[in-house]
Amino acid sequence: MLIGINVAKLREGKPHEYLTRFLFGGAVTVIASLITGRYGPILGGLFMAFPGIFAPGLSMTETHAIERKAAAGAIGTLFARAEASVEAAGASAGALGLAAFALVLWKFLPTHTLALTLPLASAAWLFVSVLCWWLRKRFHI
Amino acid sequence: MPDLLARFLIGGLVVILFSIIGDIFKPKSLGGIFAAAPTIALASITLTAHQHGTACVTVEARSMIAGALAFFVYACAVSFILMRYRPRSLIAAGALAPIWFAVAATLYAIWLRK
Repeated sequence: MLIGINVAKLREGKPHEYLTRFLFGGAVTVIASLITGRYGPILGGLFMAFPGIFAPGLSMTETHAIERKAAAGAIGTLFARAEASVEAAGASAGALGLAAFALVLWKFLPTHTLALTLPLASAAWLFVSVLCWWLRKRFHI
Repeated sequence: MPDLLARFLIGGLVVILFSIIGDIFKPKSLGGIFAAAPTIALASITLTAHQHGTACVTVEARSMIAGALAFFVYACAVSFILMRYRPRSLIAAGALAPIWFAVAATLYAIWLRK
């Protein structure tokens, strides 16, 4: 299992794709805020974990994989969808990390400052996400 | 209105930042964890705490646990369907979105509302 960074992947991204992500991200943040304002933080908090940019992200992964295969002279539709599936599996590990992030906020914020709790919660997200991802790889879950 | 505009701009920028990080990581499954990064929370928590106090953020965080668990079930379902049947990913993710709402609504009813 090779872990690394491939900066060349950034060249696959097109300006309209980044714009789409920006618009979706901004819209979901505003909608979550409006729900909190209208219906209270209990319902609004649910939407802070709404997978608003998940579907566009998967679609972009699929499109880029198809383009890579096409450039190599192959039809890569099924391969591209499998790659999107792998990304979705990674997102499931990230979602458990997101639950850890929220758990740390919920339990620590009443007794600690936000400046301390937020980095701690972010570290919990990263740790639990990577741990779940590794466990899934290691045990083929 | 300025508050909503600030949330929109910060939310959009945080999402782009995390998506760039997710794009460059390999293998793809590791990059996938950034698709479930706490982007909305990071974009709005500081503003919410400033406006409504940390008690409001604490209540939101408890609900966010339920939303994240719903995200987990939804992402697992999308991953399975994509690998098993290979539909278009946008269609699979869109068609299975009710799973997130169903799990979130169930957790809201049995845990959060009490």
